[in-house]
Amino acid sequence: MMTAADKGLMVCRTCGALCRRVRSISQTRCPRCFDAVRFRKRDSIGRTWAFLIAALILYIPANVLPVTESHTLFGTQRDTIMSGIVLFWTTGSPFIAAVIFAASVMIPILKCIALALLAITAQRRSRWRPQQRAKLYRLIEWIGRWSMLDVFVVAIVVALVHLRSLATIHAGPGVAAFGAVVVLTMLASKSFDPRLIWDPVETNHDSRQPR
Amino acid sequence: MTHQLIACEECDALHRRIALNAGSAAHCTRCGAELFRSRAFHIDTVLALTVGSLVVFVLANAFPIVTLEMKGVRNGSTLLGAIVTLYREGMPIVSGLVLATTILFPLTELMILLYLLVPLRQGRLPAQLHLFTRVIQTIRPWGMIEVFLLGVLVSLAKLSSTASVLPGVALWAFAALTVLLAAILMFDPRHFRDLAEELAGSHA
Repeated sequence: MMTAADKGLMVCRTCGALCRRVRSISQTRCPRCFDAVRFRKRDSIGRTWAFLIAALILYIPANVLPVTESHTLFGTQRDTIMSGIVLFWTTGSPFIAAVIFAASVMIPILKCIALALLAITAQRRSRWRPQQRAKLYRLIEWIGRWSMLDVFVVAIVVALVHLRSLATIHAGPGVAAFGAVVVLTMLASKSFDPRLIWDPVETNHDSRQPR
Repeated sequence: MTHQLIACEECDALHRRIALNAGSAAHCTRCGAELFRSRAFHIDTVLALTVGSLVVFVLANAFPIVTLEMKGVRNGSTLLGAIVTLYREGMPIVSGLVLATTILFPLTELMILLYLLVPLRQGRLPAQLHLFTRVIQTIRPWGMIEVFLLGVLVSLAKLSSTASVLPGVALWAFAALTVLLAAILMFDPRHFRDLAEELAGSHA
């Protein structure tokens, strides 16, 4: 298996054209689409960590602060993401409880762990299971967007439940923190360059294969 | 030489480009990432899907998604209404996020597709094709209509225990829009450059 790097080439992110790599120049223009071309994503690991740490910090208020405040005839109730899930579970909708639990609790935290694993192995130039790590990266790239679910649920519920004195639901500060977590983890996975998984992997040993 | 070779964008492995059947994709032999895919639809089909999506998009935003009724008090809301409510609640960031992911980004992509496809279909090269293709590639992951649809369904389940919920026209429109956008996603914006190069080749 020969890589573009072996041949002194780099790929344009935008149009996929192969460009000559000049080691002394960090950024050139693609001859085909004129976009900026870099050998690897800019400061990939540093940026991934920055977005990831910011997301982890905001993960705390996202889960501790209420996402909704309901005012009904029976009084005021503040719900966090977790208490909303428990409510679904206890009122006989275990399936919906599972969907929200997956989208709002499991996906963000598993995504953070996965990104941390990818960043650590990449910066240590690990050769450990590159194929599995590549799959993991594709999975978190695909799944991250579904965490926005709870933000949309709050937006709709708040807009609908404005029934004068009967019932009103307001958005709580937890939604803002949670929305930020989702955006930050998406930015973190976009900053990570999956080619860093493969750069330390030997490419010479099977260079006898036809290519 | 460089046109026959293709490098995997996720692991940098070099491959020789081969001809594909319509609607299929080539994957990297080292990491399994998609290398490129053939054009799944004719340009006319993509244009039809775009125009259809724009019509459905208008319907989805013009009518209330759901109406809630409780002891004779009714309240319905459109998507834009929900965004405005969030803004008035002192949540400008969240309301901006919802606006961007459900209206701004999907609408921008559809408008750009329309702007690029109409001239290309007539054999003309639209100005700034590369720039607009790049914009589509950048904003595509941030359009979240399908996640929003799931959010609506969860909200319906949440509210149906305490009040009667009446699904509105926009709910069906959002469901249709999700299907149409999924079809449009099968069109890789990189094919715009191929189309442009074919066009330049036929003129030369």
